[in-house]
Amino acid sequence: MEGVFTQTLVSGILIGFIYALIAVGLTMIFGMMDIVNFAHGEYLMVAMYFAYWFFVLFGMDPLFSLPLVTVLLFLLGVITYYIFIRPIISAPMLSQIFVTFGILILLRGVAQYLWNADYRMIPQTLTSGNVSIFGVYTGVSQLIAAAGAVICNGLIFWFLKSTKLGMALEAVSEDKEAARLMGINSDRMFALAWGIGIATVGVAGGLLSSFYYVFPEVGSNFCLMAFVVVALGGFGSVPGAFIAGIIVGLVEVLSGYLIAPSLKFMFVLFLYLGVVFIRPQGFMGRK
Amino acid sequence: MKKGLFVFILFMCILAAVPLFLGDPFVCHILIMTMMYATMSIGWNVIGGYAGQVSFGNAAFFGVGAYTTAILLVNFSVNPWLGMLAGCVLSVGLAVVVGYPCFRLRGHYFAIATIAVGEIMVVIFTNWDYVGAAVGIYMPILEESFTNFEFHSSKIPYYYIILCMLVFAIAVSYIVEESRLGYYLRAIKDDPDGARSLGIDIQKYKMIAFSISAVLTSICGTFYGQYVLYIHPSSTMDLMMSIHLCIIALIGGIGKLFGPVIGAFVFIPLMELTRVYLGSEGQGIDMIIYSLLVIMIAIWRPQGLWALFSRGDK
Repeated sequence: MEGVFTQTLVSGILIGFIYALIAVGLTMIFGMMDIVNFAHGEYLMVAMYFAYWFFVLFGMDPLFSLPLVTVLLFLLGVITYYIFIRPIISAPMLSQIFVTFGILILLRGVAQYLWNADYRMIPQTLTSGNVSIFGVYTGVSQLIAAAGAVICNGLIFWFLKSTKLGMALEAVSEDKEAARLMGINSDRMFALAWGIGIATVGVAGGLLSSFYYVFPEVGSNFCLMAFVVVALGGFGSVPGAFIAGIIVGLVEVLSGYLIAPSLKFMFVLFLYLGVVFIRPQGFMGRK
Repeated sequence: MKKGLFVFILFMCILAAVPLFLGDPFVCHILIMTMMYATMSIGWNVIGGYAGQVSFGNAAFFGVGAYTTAILLVNFSVNPWLGMLAGCVLSVGLAVVVGYPCFRLRGHYFAIATIAVGEIMVVIFTNWDYVGAAVGIYMPILEESFTNFEFHSSKIPYYYIILCMLVFAIAVSYIVEESRLGYYLRAIKDDPDGARSLGIDIQKYKMIAFSISAVLTSICGTFYGQYVLYIHPSSTMDLMMSIHLCIIALIGGIGKLFGPVIGAFVFIPLMELTRVYLGSEGQGIDMIIYSLLVIMIAIWRPQGLWALFSRGDK
């Protein structure tokens, strides 16, 4: 009994790292330009399909195709910004919501058209199998995915805090006008934020694809989880998203274990409602 | 407005006359679905358009309407018309319970909270054995009559019922738009802090708008249950349905009386026809087409198609 509980805790934390990684892109984009990317989960879906096809067509393990998937998603994010987001950057919130929702439906439609609604999975990867660490069993893929998510999160944090480019990004998100006076091209920074934001989802998708099904609607659950994480951590806060990711992962698996697996999703959503009612800015959010 | 009224009456007369000339059940079905979505989208427009509170959870009211009627009919043999009333009462109850905390949230937080509420409802109904869980509920087949709200030999009675509901929804929306409530809601949308400082009880008027929205959506839920005679969680409270309601309003014109009607008459036939004619190899094409339409309208013509018809007034 004790063992199962620890097991559950560990799997919650592992999945939590991935939620955090998905949420980081969302929170970055929101923090910079006040736009919620409702299509965030759909980019995850696209990344997972890329990893899947790299495997099926070229026999590349998701671990090796990860850099490629990340670069492709970065480009996709930049393209999305220039085509769809730039025209609505100062439009009313309603237009912004509909554009990102439009992208959501567009990507889902494209996936359904090209690859139909089948559930697909990469059958055998380098990281298949289980390991036991201190008596706790876990899938190697899950472990590597979680480690990758932690590294990627760390890189993003380091990038934002310690590089010139990252600081320029932060400056734009804090005060567009002042940043412009300092000679920062905010347009290019927005494009960069979309590139990085979507690329992090790409990393998450690539990592997930080694142990999770791919299908056109796979993004919706992860996207809702990412919303919860972002709201919990505070819109715009990268470290907040990291902590919140772990909390959401734990709530998900614990409610699944202690109450009922089919209801676990509901408890996460209740968590979201509870947090935004009591502390709308999240744990670490700016106002 | 005189001209508007004339066009409205003409349009309704044409709609009322259609079944006299067109016996094709498929066309009839598309028109029924179109009018049903128009009615619900008008409901969404009251809260999302006039009051500017973007709700992605309106399908929950549809589900409550459908399920309340179905359970009362199956387990207690309550007449569906009474079930419809009960559904409205429960939907308003849900609107109040959800709205009371959620309306303190602004912008994105509110939108995401309504998604959360909608999804929670789906999880509850999919796991609740009393309401049929994931399998759903089959309505009992009753003798065909208006009182029983069931017709098996023809779709035309359903057509007229939903037409009446649409007229009712337009009337309600018109009354809201012209009344003091409408002015308050627009004030809340444009400048919530200003509205509050003028002494408008923002919470209260948002709640009223949300309740109206709930009733208009709930009656459609009842109608759908009686029309299809089978309901399950993903056909009655899916997130996609809530999204369609907003998209319809967006296409026609958000915050405009006839916006949702125009939107529904463009969107629903487009969806149904692409689905039927492109068939299985066109899977996803319908989504691609309308998502591009939505994106283009949101970027270039956020006032919707309605603006094409009314260049005169803003």
